Amino acid sequence: MTGGLELAILAGWTIVVTIFGLVAGLVLLGIDRKLAAHMQARVGPPLRQPFIDFRKLMIKESVVPANAIPWMFNIAPVIALISSLVILLYIPLGSIPSPLGAFGDFVLVMYLLTVPALAMVAGGFASGSPYATVGAQREMVTMIAYEFPLAIVVVAIAWRLGAAGIPDAFSLATIAAHPVWSVVGPLGILGLLLLLVVLAVVSPAELSRIPFDSQEAETELAGGLLVEYSGRNLAMFYLAQGVKTLVMGAIAVAVFFPWNISSFISMPGGVAQVVDIVFFLLKVILVMFFSVSLARVAMARFRINQIVSLYWIYIGVIGLSGLILLMADAVLVSVAGGII
Amino acid sequence: MKPTKAFNRSLWAFHMNSGSCNGCEIEIVAAITPRYDPERFGIKLVGSPKHADLLLVTGPVVGKMKDRLVRVYEQMPDPKVVMCVGTCGISGGVFYDSYNLAGPVDQVVPVDVYVVGCPPRPEAIIHGVVTALAKLERIEGGEH
Repeated sequence: MTGGLELAILAGWTIVVTIFGLVAGLVLLGIDRKLAAHMQARVGPPLRQPFIDFRKLMIKESVVPANAIPWMFNIAPVIALISSLVILLYIPLGSIPSPLGAFGDFVLVMYLLTVPALAMVAGGFASGSPYATVGAQREMVTMIAYEFPLAIVVVAIAWRLGAAGIPDAFSLATIAAHPVWSVVGPLGILGLLLLLVVLAVVSPAELSRIPFDSQEAETELAGGLLVEYSGRNLAMFYLAQGVKTLVMGAIAVAVFFPWNISSFISMPGGVAQVVDIVFFLLKVILVMFFSVSLARVAMARFRINQIVSLYWIYIGVIGLSGLILLMADAVLVSVAGGII
Repeated sequence: MKPTKAFNRSLWAFHMNSGSCNGCEIEIVAAITPRYDPERFGIKLVGSPKHADLLLVTGPVVGKMKDRLVRVYEQMPDPKVVMCVGTCGISGGVFYDSYNLAGPVDQVVPVDVYVVGCPPRPEAIIHGVVTALAKLERIEGGEH
């Protein structure tokens, strides 16, 4: 009986987080466009522009190209949207525990992050358009390029927490509950800053934004992966883009900036959770500003071969040095602890 | 399906050159600069006709471009409007009665809004987009 009740609470909670993810994702896209416009000395669209775009796309005709594979073409946007929402269910939002947090850890989130991208690749290949095919191949290459630095970040953070004697260090709830900055010494802080840089550079590629948007490249591939999508299908990719932006911001916040206001100022339960979720969104907006909006206004697009060498050589070396610094720091801290 | 008010604040345009001299292209690019900032009203240029609500055609439609223009028009999802930018597309302009023209544009695809000028100023192009919005509102009201 209690099992049934728990399941019902879990289902209800999942629906709430899903709706929150969809709305917050579109709001984030609106904020991103507004910030980019202001940096280019423009007024920019209103914050609700993504909602208007979404409504418009929903009433447009949805064209399926003659030489596409219809079922795969139509199911790819659904998979992209649902899988990005599923990732959100594993990540703690503010002081609210994630609905599925007990069932999966950071490594699972890392694997799930590839699913929306793979769905887009499948949709691109199913479009039967040469532009979409080139875009899908580039997306796969980009994915192979950024997975390695992302894995370094995941492993380094979890290993350092584990070395500090915190049990279950791969769980995102544990990572968010124990800010990794408070465990490490000075050498480790340097290493963490390097890992923060790595995650900030991986985010735009994960979201296929400039400078890592060679798979969508409007000016050369006419939209790349999305070239044949219209109407409802495009609207779903649009939503998925918003949710993915929220997910990447939430991961960066959970790993590097997990502090909540309620842990510093005591507040009644309900108020604390609302304040924390607002504070959480502010942190996500800040992360998104530096790693997505600022980068896409300030930089031009990398070529696909530059993306691979950038991630494997430069970002890989930065990530590995961060990892080595964290390992050295773990040794130093444990030696110092032994002396004391 | 019938368009709703959402179109008034979110119009995505696809630009097609059907044999223009590039004068109109330069003015279209000028119309999307920060000085005019049409993104305020949700207007943006997209790279694929599948994403577009508005087709901007420039040039007098040379013989080779006729089939391509028809194909791009047919690829656009409904509801859609076509805007003909520049004198060439309206009458042929300086290429009037030339042996290699299949146009003007309205001989090839149905045109909703004409913007005159050789080339038209950015203000005229933006005014044309606003007129296209009015046309969409009429479609919304059930007229054609």
